[in-house]
Amino acid sequence: MSLERPSAPALLGEDADTADSAVAAQELDHRTSATARTHALRSAGLVVLLALLAGCAVLSIAVGAKAIPLGTVVDALLNPDGSYNSSVVWELRMPRTVLGVFVGAALGLAGALMQALTRNPIAEPGILGINSGAAAAVVTAIFVFGMTGPSAYVWFGFIGAAIAAVLVYALGSRGRSGATPVRLALAGTALAAVLQGFVYGITVLDEFVFDQIRFWQVGSLVGRDLEIFLRIWPFLTAGILLAVTLGPALNAVALGEDLAAALGARVNRTRALVALAIVLLCGGATAAAGPIWFVGLIVPHLARTFTGPDQRWVLPYSAAIGAVLLTLADTAGRVITSGGELEVGIVTALIGAPVFIFLVRRRRMAQL
Amino acid sequence: MPEPSRLWGEDLTLAYDQSVVSRDLQITIPDNSFTVIVGPNACGKSTLLRALSRMLKPSTGAVHLDGRLIGSYPSKEVARRLGLLPQSSIAPDGITVADLVARGRYPHQKFLKQWSRADEKVINEAMEATGVLDLAGRMVDELSGGQRQRVWLAMVLAQQTPLLLLDEPTTYLDIAHQMDVLDLCAELHHDRAYTLVAVLHDLNHACRYATHLIAMKDGRVAAEGDPADIVTEELVEEVFGMPVRVIPDPETGTPLVVPVDRGGRIARRAGAGGAQWGAAEGEEARSA
Amino acid sequence: MTLTPARSGTSPGAPAAGAPAPGGGRGTRSARVLRLAGGRLSFAVRPRTAAVYGALLAATAAVFAVSLSVGEYTIPLPRVLWALAGQGERLDLFFVRDVRLPRAWVAVLVGAGLGVAGGVFQSISRNPLGSPDIIGFTGGASTGAVAVILVLGGSMVQVSIGAMVGGVATAVLVYLLALKQGVQGYRLVLVGIGINALLLAVRDYLITRAELTEAMTAHIWMIGSLNASGWGEVIAVASAMAVLLPVILALGPRLRLMEMGEQAARGLGVPVQGTQVTAMLAASALTGAAIAVSGPIAFIALAAPQLVRRLARTDGTALFGAALMGALLLAAADLAAQHALAPTQLPVGVVTAVIGGSYLVWVLYREWRTGHA
Repeated sequence: MSLERPSAPALLGEDADTADSAVAAQELDHRTSATARTHALRSAGLVVLLALLAGCAVLSIAVGAKAIPLGTVVDALLNPDGSYNSSVVWELRMPRTVLGVFVGAALGLAGALMQALTRNPIAEPGILGINSGAAAAVVTAIFVFGMTGPSAYVWFGFIGAAIAAVLVYALGSRGRSGATPVRLALAGTALAAVLQGFVYGITVLDEFVFDQIRFWQVGSLVGRDLEIFLRIWPFLTAGILLAVTLGPALNAVALGEDLAAALGARVNRTRALVALAIVLLCGGATAAAGPIWFVGLIVPHLARTFTGPDQRWVLPYSAAIGAVLLTLADTAGRVITSGGELEVGIVTALIGAPVFIFLVRRRRMAQL
Repeated sequence: MPEPSRLWGEDLTLAYDQSVVSRDLQITIPDNSFTVIVGPNACGKSTLLRALSRMLKPSTGAVHLDGRLIGSYPSKEVARRLGLLPQSSIAPDGITVADLVARGRYPHQKFLKQWSRADEKVINEAMEATGVLDLAGRMVDELSGGQRQRVWLAMVLAQQTPLLLLDEPTTYLDIAHQMDVLDLCAELHHDRAYTLVAVLHDLNHACRYATHLIAMKDGRVAAEGDPADIVTEELVEEVFGMPVRVIPDPETGTPLVVPVDRGGRIARRAGAGGAQWGAAEGEEARSA
Repeated sequence: MTLTPARSGTSPGAPAAGAPAPGGGRGTRSARVLRLAGGRLSFAVRPRTAAVYGALLAATAAVFAVSLSVGEYTIPLPRVLWALAGQGERLDLFFVRDVRLPRAWVAVLVGAGLGVAGGVFQSISRNPLGSPDIIGFTGGASTGAVAVILVLGGSMVQVSIGAMVGGVATAVLVYLLALKQGVQGYRLVLVGIGINALLLAVRDYLITRAELTEAMTAHIWMIGSLNASGWGEVIAVASAMAVLLPVILALGPRLRLMEMGEQAARGLGVPVQGTQVTAMLAASALTGAAIAVSGPIAFIALAAPQLVRRLARTDGTALFGAALMGALLLAAADLAAQHALAPTQLPVGVVTAVIGGSYLVWVLYREWRTGHA
């Protein structure tokens, strides 16, 4: 009702006094309860996902070079006592697991944002040039500054991703039509090609750089210590918070630009904020773990099969599913092969691709 | 100076990039009217609607809403006072009717209070008013064109704005569904005191439903007022460049515009005058 | 950074009453397409298109000549001509006829093939980024080749075969997996992405587990290089082109009509389904031949159709123009790759990516400044 606006005429609801009010009221109740049920169901689903995530995280801490019984893990988590197991859990395994959770959530969210922004279900956050920007910067770090090792790459990766994304966005938003999805894709592809060419050139000229970058490029959590997490978590957290606030505006933007503006959403501001969130999330995740593009692509599809097109639900579901997928993949990578471990970037594709194809075959995917 | 109405524009120059559509336009939407804007293609009627709903910022001049410049309101505040149903709306794939209608609540929702019983109630009432309550759980993409248009109307109603702007709400609908939609608009206007502004293509629909008609040509207002007063054969010929006869609508008494037979095919089929197809149509029409 | 309101961007040009048609050449769009479909040989060649094509041809010829002449052992142009005629010093003959000529031909042919194939896929998918990648072809080919290099330690011929087998097998697999009461284009694309991800994971696994030198061989193959081009490669690509190019060019007018939408094209008498399948098969085969010879060279297929379309201001995809542009791009890029950092030979894929990408950035930058979408 429009009680807060006295100038407004009596808009709706006068029919309640008519003869068929009883029927109408009944239908209203029915509808109301149906919507309430949907909400309750989706909230419950989110709780289940979070519980699943907690389970996966504990599992991820338990599995490693030396398996620690789950009970011991939980015990060490609840009462850190400085024992050997406790210090392994807290100092060695915990940072990697937490980083995995953050990276997975960030990639899932960034993917959902990208697909909503471009209204393209096969968009992945890398379209903004993030992966190639990060790769070019990491190559520069190795080639020019002789830096090696994941913690050395973090800043370069993040800044490279951010610069590339800003360039793509600036190029795509020239002229009066602004940053339309097609333009972002074209601009992103063009810039990515230049950066990729740079990476190719350096890696061909310098075997040492290639030897480093071939491992970075796969996407992995191996050797990521607490320091990396401490560097990158503020960006990921900021990105996650920003992303979650964008759901309602993205819902409006999904109705078309005019209607979104008519509903009071600010289309250009929303797009710019989405792009910013993607840079924080995907740039941060890529800087920490290397390019794991497939997560951002498939996770939103998984989320939408549970939630439908409502972005207020798609976003948190994507974050949770992304975190579960990445944590599981990282854990599985440690036990699949007997010698050494399989990088998380490879395992996510091995697990994710069949699931994705199964989904694609099973039902008509939501075309955004 | 007293405000002429809740929504009015003065000295509007409307342009896309460099190409000017309208110059020095004075426009007032009478309160509690069902205003219909008509005019030939590309006469600037949709552009005017965009300007009135702050989709297009005028190059010069200003649009006033409830006593203030429309641009001076926060974006959501405008959306709580004025609803617009543009032509280019997209229903997200896999969305249900209820969820789509619910998106009309966007301007009323705060970040931490995104769903309330009040929202729920308004949505249900909007669906009821447009007769789509039964479809609430259905997917929008499964509906017929007429049903879908009602759903969109429900979405704008859920916005709870006393002013409603509709850009060609009857396009692509068959005659029965056109009438449904227009009857619904008339009901909103009459029973619920909405102020409606619609761009319509069909002159006869406009004459029948409008309480205030604005006829546009080449970006300016050719005439405005009660359709019964302003719709004359001269005006229609001036605006649309086509000779017509205007007779009273046998059903409602409002003006009914009937195109004059311009010779051509019909004359030839009747064997009259041996008129060549496509030759000198204007003269044929006058001599007919 | 100009952030003009996006909502004005959605306004169809229509409301602008009496405004001049935006962008000079674009006003004639429909007229030209219809005219081309109408007469069998009555091509409505517009002067700008003819001039651009002529310039592309001349530039390609010039690059071709230079690439025969320049090198570690530079031969002046007159002597090149003599050598081509079979006259002159033994060394001239060797460098021109056995080393540089086949390589230049491979560059031109592969470039033209990739350009045309890119044009076909962009036209069919109505997507400026469409490429054979969408059906997993490239991913399959590169994984196949990398597997042959790293697991079997195969020769270059075997690598080519591995690439072909990988590419074709992947395309078939994607098609079969997308098959469910007929193939729906959208599902095809999504399945292609999934399979592509799997294949890239396998490829990355192989590369991270291999010895560095072998991994580098595979890496260079994946970038795409013409370093190993001899007459055998020329014959392979040329015969593929001889069969496939006429087929594709003949389908050109139909593809252009299909860009207006399948319904409209069908209404104009275009057998849509058949045209689509034939064109996609031919374009895939062309890409396959090119990849087998030179590896998956980046960006030619993507950029050539886009560039020629913007230069010549044609409406829709200009396949013949895309072939010319592709030939010029690859020939020029290979020239640069050979001599930019001489004596180090870069794989040509490095150059196509950097220069092609920069050029596309520049074109977009200029085009979007003027404001049409």
